[in-house]
Amino acid sequence: MSSILIIFGVLAAITIATAFLTIYSRNPIHSAIYLVICFFSIAGHYLLLNAQFLAIVHIIVYSGAIMILFLFTIMLMNLNKENEVHKPRITRLGAIVSFCLISLVLIAIFVNSKPITDGSYDVLGEDYQSIKVLGKVLLNEYMVPFEFASILLLVAMIGTVLLSKKEKSEK
Amino acid sequence: MNNILNQIGIENYIFLSVILFCIGVFGVLYRRNAIIVFMSIEIMLNAVNLLFVAFSTYHQDAQGQVFVFFSMAVAAAEVAVGLAILVSIFKNLGSIDINNLKNLKG
Repeated sequence: MSSILIIFGVLAAITIATAFLTIYSRNPIHSAIYLVICFFSIAGHYLLLNAQFLAIVHIIVYSGAIMILFLFTIMLMNLNKENEVHKPRITRLGAIVSFCLISLVLIAIFVNSKPITDGSYDVLGEDYQSIKVLGKVLLNEYMVPFEFASILLLVAMIGTVLLSKKEKSEK
Repeated sequence: MNNILNQIGIENYIFLSVILFCIGVFGVLYRRNAIIVFMSIEIMLNAVNLLFVAFSTYHQDAQGQVFVFFSMAVAAAEVAVGLAILVSIFKNLGSIDINNLKNLKG
């Protein structure tokens, strides 16, 4: 068992455990903190796959922007108390049964599918995921979707401002 | 330059992503708090992103990672708009229990 496999196992255990604790914990603040740890471990997976730029962007966007937004919303709504009522028991049972079924089906699909390789993978030997190469790909082949992404972010910003603006009294 | 997947194997990443995605689905079905439902959706998006990066390494191709950038941009926009909607729901109804959100007209 190589050391990289051990690192992968530890990271995967942290990811799955914190994702489950996010769902399970009663207090929304605790959920947000567990989700931050989950995002950091996923950034660790990206580093393990040698996608450095993606790991940095993931930490900045998810752990930085999105989680701060979540925490601010939770504190704005004053939700940091544990008074959530449960769903009815039949609904929770249905959720657990459907969770078991969907994991069974998906895992069975991938266990029984024909293996693509015999344990060895291609090594092209050329650089394909450094920041330099990614920038060239992003601004040459994917120029138009890149610009559309900026338009999408602008529209989202305008929509958020309009949604959270105070409405004038209708008279 | 050696491929990291020679030591881990693509199937481990597939199983990790499948389990993360199923945990996200479970959270959407199980909880009543709308913010936790949002967090579950983020977990599902991250599971798919992780699989994209794993297959990008598998094919030794940058296109998968470029797709992850776009999916991150869409996720950021989605979270901003969704949380604004949640805040205005909270202002109108006083709670964000999804069982109270049965009516289209508030």
